[in-house]
Amino acid sequence: MKGKFDNEMKLEFISKSNNEAFARIAVAAFAAQLDPTVEELADIKTAVSEAVTNSIIHGYEDKQGLIKIICRLKENEIIIEISDSGKGIEDIDAAKEPLYTTKPNLERSGMGFTIMESFMDSMEIESILGLGTKVTMLKKIKEKVEESEQEFQMLTNE
Amino acid sequence: MESKFYEKDKLLVFKISDEIDDHNVQKIRGRVDYEIERYMPKRVVFDFNSVSFMDSAGIGLMIGRYKLVTMIGAKLEMTNVQGSVKKIFEMSGILRLIPIIEDMKAS
Repeated sequence: MKGKFDNEMKLEFISKSNNEAFARIAVAAFAAQLDPTVEELADIKTAVSEAVTNSIIHGYEDKQGLIKIICRLKENEIIIEISDSGKGIEDIDAAKEPLYTTKPNLERSGMGFTIMESFMDSMEIESILGLGTKVTMLKKIKEKVEESEQEFQMLTNE
Repeated sequence: MESKFYEKDKLLVFKISDEIDDHNVQKIRGRVDYEIERYMPKRVVFDFNSVSFMDSAGIGLMIGRYKLVTMIGAKLEMTNVQGSVKKIFEMSGILRLIPIIEDMKAS
């Protein structure tokens, strides 16, 4: 069987804050197949942590619900989809603004989406009020072997 | 997390060793605020040497401590900030308020 993707995994867990570490470590372990650098892996872990925290704090607030993560690998790319069935985002453009937060009393910095956007190669938010939010992020893992081969060729051509 | 108070310099140092995320930040905040109020330092330094992970919860943590430390008339600094922790702090703009220092120079 040959699918559209090279590999795929799904993860579902309840919206407890202790699962933030579990989620980012699980995704990082899956992403490790693409042989990312320490920095690329840290970027992925941070972005996943931000999205999952958003679902817990904003999506479900004090209620408990399920958070779903789907990860897909295609060549040198990882596509990460994180979704909840929480209350949804009223104004996505405002939520994406740096420093925007609806919960300043909880010492939230309002930098979550800004970090996801700059640490990943792309990020999309879909949200329906009362139904939930889905964040889809993509990260390209640079191919180190080819780079060093190119460098070798450049050196030998001279 | 470890903390040490240097009486002579009125310097309070927090050596954070947890991963800083929304889950852990609550207990870090509780302990830090308790010690700041207990020692009333003139200078507070956060040491990030043993922090293996931090997300935006760390920005909120530091802004909150900046408010508290400034309120008691003390100075807040950070040390051993590197890798993705540094990237996040640089992005947030808080380095203008809370400088990174190379050496604590505690006596």
